[in-house]
Amino acid sequence: MKQTAVKKDGSRRTFNGNNMLLAITILLFVVMYTTGCIVYRDKGFPHLQTFLNLFITNAGLICVACGMTCVMLTGGIDISVGSLIAMDCMLLAFGMGIKGIPCIPMVLLVLAIGIVFGAVQGYLIGYLEIQPFIVTMAGLFFGRGMTAVICTDQISITQDMNQLFYSWANAKITLPAFLGYTNKKGKVIAPFIRPTVLIALAVVVVIFLVLKYTKFGRALYAVGGNPVSAAMMGLNVKKIKMQAYILSSFLCSIGAICYCLNTMSGSVQQARGFEIDAIASSVIGGTLLTGGVGNVIGSLFGCLINGTITQLVTTNGKLLSSWANIATAALLMAFIILQSIFAMVKNRNR
Amino acid sequence: MKSKWKALTRQQLFLPIFSLIVVLLINLVKDPGFFQIGLQNGVLYGRLIDILNRGSEIAILAVGQTLVVAVSAGTDISVGSVMSLTACGTCMMLAGYGNNSVTELAVPMGVGICFGLLLAFLCGCMNGALVAKLKIQPMVATLILYTGARAIGLVLCNNQITYIRYEPYKYFGNFLPGCPIPTPIFIAAAVIALMALFLKKTALGLYIQSVGINSRASRISGINADMICFWCYAICGLCAGIAGIIASSRIYSADSNNIGLNYEMDAILAVALGGNSLGGGKFNLSGSIVGAYTIQAITTTLLAMGVSTDQAPVVKAIIVIAIVVVQAPAFKQMLANRAARRSAAGKEAVG
Amino acid sequence: MENNVLIEMRNIRKTFPGVVALDNAQLTLHRGEIHALMGENGAGKSTIIKCLTGVYERDAGEVYMDGVEGNIWNHSTMDAQNIGIATVYQEVNLCPNLSVAENLFIGRAPTGRFGAVDWKTMNRKAQKIMDDLDIQVDVTRNLENYSIAIQQMVAIARAVDMDCRVLILDEPTSSLDDKEVEKLFRLMRQLRDKGVGILFVTHFLEQVYEVCDRITVMRNGQFVGDYTVAELPRVKLVAAMLGKDFDDLAAIKQEGTGKEKGEVLVECKNMSHKGTIKPFDFVIRKGEVVGLTGLLGSGRSEMVRCIYGADRSQTGTETMGGKEVHIRQPLDAIKLGMGYLPDDRKAEGCIADLSVKENIMLALQARQGIFHRVSEAKQNEIADRYIKELSIKTPSRETPISQLSGGNQQKVILARWLATDPEFLILDEPTRGIDIGTKTEIQKKVIELAGKGMSVVFISSELEEMLRTCSRLYVMRDGANVGQITDENGPITQEEVMSAIAGGDSHEK
Repeated sequence: MKQTAVKKDGSRRTFNGNNMLLAITILLFVVMYTTGCIVYRDKGFPHLQTFLNLFITNAGLICVACGMTCVMLTGGIDISVGSLIAMDCMLLAFGMGIKGIPCIPMVLLVLAIGIVFGAVQGYLIGYLEIQPFIVTMAGLFFGRGMTAVICTDQISITQDMNQLFYSWANAKITLPAFLGYTNKKGKVIAPFIRPTVLIALAVVVVIFLVLKYTKFGRALYAVGGNPVSAAMMGLNVKKIKMQAYILSSFLCSIGAICYCLNTMSGSVQQARGFEIDAIASSVIGGTLLTGGVGNVIGSLFGCLINGTITQLVTTNGKLLSSWANIATAALLMAFIILQSIFAMVKNRNR
Repeated sequence: MKSKWKALTRQQLFLPIFSLIVVLLINLVKDPGFFQIGLQNGVLYGRLIDILNRGSEIAILAVGQTLVVAVSAGTDISVGSVMSLTACGTCMMLAGYGNNSVTELAVPMGVGICFGLLLAFLCGCMNGALVAKLKIQPMVATLILYTGARAIGLVLCNNQITYIRYEPYKYFGNFLPGCPIPTPIFIAAAVIALMALFLKKTALGLYIQSVGINSRASRISGINADMICFWCYAICGLCAGIAGIIASSRIYSADSNNIGLNYEMDAILAVALGGNSLGGGKFNLSGSIVGAYTIQAITTTLLAMGVSTDQAPVVKAIIVIAIVVVQAPAFKQMLANRAARRSAAGKEAVG
Repeated sequence: MENNVLIEMRNIRKTFPGVVALDNAQLTLHRGEIHALMGENGAGKSTIIKCLTGVYERDAGEVYMDGVEGNIWNHSTMDAQNIGIATVYQEVNLCPNLSVAENLFIGRAPTGRFGAVDWKTMNRKAQKIMDDLDIQVDVTRNLENYSIAIQQMVAIARAVDMDCRVLILDEPTSSLDDKEVEKLFRLMRQLRDKGVGILFVTHFLEQVYEVCDRITVMRNGQFVGDYTVAELPRVKLVAAMLGKDFDDLAAIKQEGTGKEKGEVLVECKNMSHKGTIKPFDFVIRKGEVVGLTGLLGSGRSEMVRCIYGADRSQTGTETMGGKEVHIRQPLDAIKLGMGYLPDDRKAEGCIADLSVKENIMLALQARQGIFHRVSEAKQNEIADRYIKELSIKTPSRETPISQLSGGNQQKVILARWLATDPEFLILDEPTRGIDIGTKTEIQKKVIELAGKGMSVVFISSELEEMLRTCSRLYVMRDGANVGQITDENGPITQEEVMSAIAGGDSHEK
């Protein structure tokens, strides 16, 4: 028994309830996607491009889910992300579209706002010990309200407004042609991805490394596992919590830029309910709501499941788009209940 | 004098009534005609009437929310969405599935409304079961319906705005024929009175506070803590349902995307402003109700000042944060430490 | 021997609002010894430890380490850790969701290139530490996969690796089985031989005699004595812990307790709760006061919790008044006419922010059901009656219970149960942490109630109290009911009870 558990990097965890949740997640994704491929084989579902589109459309979500995972590892939650995205998008659209500010300063401004936003939330949660939910809920309404304060109209970013931003949004990174397919006219169409996908994947990789190989990352796990112990072992729990929220809001701002590159617009109604997608992605990916367990690979799969649901609903064409929301909410509930059952079983065995 | 002031500020109703007075004073200064009430076309009009009328939904939500906060130290953030779901469910029943504008009802009005309320009640039960039985953090549990309920409403109404152009349906949100006072005021008063009566005649209030303060000790003393918690959420769902019917009746339609939007914030704010701790335990229903109308007064004032409905949450978010910060034990500790340090420094300087 | 002193605490005094927790307490710990700290509830064991580790700030007294006065660590637990004082609690203070290796190294993990955590080195080092201490674990597995015993050993290993010289073990063995305890002891002896001073807090006598070199006994926040194990036989130890100097309480007469036997009221056969109490039998007659004696952690509370239904019994049967009853939750028990005053007043007794009146009414209201609210006038009457009857000192019946002193809080909880007029009342440590006057009042009340036909179970850490109030004692040891002592053949004596608690010879009379 001892031998089987040892692996060279020593990271292997035993096959317990948490790993089971991750396994269920990956299996669920594969099953869902395969079903989609079979049912909608005429509508281009099996093409590689459809799969890549999952990443393209969900690049923002992936970034946000990574931040959400970090916060949830500490046992907290951040429901302000959807509003922060709306605010950031609106700011980008307003700044570049109406005010004509160049895009680099705007992007930097958005990132800085993310850090400040997170710092305020983090301070209230970490140092003043106010429930994360209350604080981030206030953040949610604040962000949404600020969006309307910036501008109440929908603003689209066009090519005339900002050439550089437009070119980022439309940049294609073409993959080798043999991965593509031949269309009806006999022309080979090579699959492509957008720069946002690279950003999102970079975020996943960086956060994965941070969580695994830095003291800060390990401290997140420790704080979530048992904050009292973590404090006794000499970790500055308050500071770590605050940093987690800063990281979340910062990643959320990166996600907002990806999101904006996809939609090229800003509006008050944008990204409504985005927080539940992010939370659902993390939870479905095996992050425990109670904290201390989870990783970004799971969250990535959670995002993909989320994206697949939307993809299935849109490909169907007849279903209302809100079915995707219902399915996400139902899936979130199912996983929360599963988590709570696993926790009960674990406690009983103890 | 100072101690009297302190005793006054310590009264639980001090905060909400004080804020209400401040808001009303601001209005009075800005617009001396604020308190005018007049009769027009046989109905009352005026800012005060407007506040009482528009505040009905928040007051009803605050009734349910107060119980939830007291019993579980968490809040139900699904109430706004449940309002929307109720409106959609009711209108869908009344119009028949798929119709988006009717003048004749498909089923009797009572049936439609009962169906809507049933949906709301079931939502409350679901939240209650997740919190009380599965011990899931209240806000996470209610987050599911926060997005889910609105989406289900959209599906029920087939992604359209369903109009019920049937005169009696408008009564709930507007005026009864021949009555100058808006109906929502009556409904809110009825809900509040019913809950107050219920709290007075039964031991529910004692049970809720006792579970909220110390659920283990309550269990030992013979209170079924899980059950009490469950029912609080169920009642909260029902309250959201009633508020949803009013909101729907006002615009005689079910606009899933806009009914109950941001109301969860208002309801929670009403509870906090009412002097109730968001950490659960002791509660004061009248505080929450005054809080609710204060919120509406703030909203009305903001609107009068040209702030749009979309922008108003900024102000409310700041108020919420201010209240919870002041309530936070860590903050009080921090202030105490600072004061101690200052006095120590003062002594040193003297010595 | 003198220069071998590692820690010396002298004249320690610590008060909390209304309570003197430590008065003139002292403690001396030598290098390379295992030192037991013994005492019953409220003796001040945990308070003195917290004064040592910097959790509490002492009011007066000196602490020396290596002869140096240690004010430096009076403020923070981290300071204490940094100078080599480590504590391992019963509730393991580690992170169960991390691997064993990480738990050993958290906050000080070895880093390699780019400051990244070097897992390889960390695991290797961790495995070496565990191997050196002869603890067989796979350091890469999560801590939660291991038993509490191993978790505790990991905590100890962490302390040792951080060069601790004083190791405080606060009731580490309460949830361990015999084999695990043996492992722990082996580790403790190893550390002792390396020169670590170990302070061992436990309530298991067997273990003290098995592993310890010296014993410090405390009682009521005061130092009783410092003995070597050889010079203090078990019975003497129990006597020192329980104390005999309660003459000021002797005024209470033993009258009418269980002299004439009533009919059986409650009978339990073979009941048990997994993990806390082994199968037990229990009988109580009408008008009888039965005591449960045994040291803290011997299963006294667990047994009554089972009877009352606070913890659901998994085996056996319970009858009341001859009829079999099924108690699923406390409410069922209340409806049957039982009452239970729990030992943890703060966690399970008081509803802190509610008023005295509401606290008194709670159980009666619960029994009547939510829809049959006791009228305001009736509530006031009941509250006033019990405030008077039990002479509860409170500004008014509307005062929050949290503003009352411990003794008065306890009386309020007692009133809560008396208000339901129970046939069978369980009092778990009703006299703990309250002043002598109130203790006497409560004992008198118990005897008075029994005289009126109520059956009472009385649990106390103070033997005198039990002898004064009870006509029969069940003896508990290590989670089992090991026998009973009755006063059929003359009054029960202290010696009798002490030898029964200490174990050894037959104690069935």
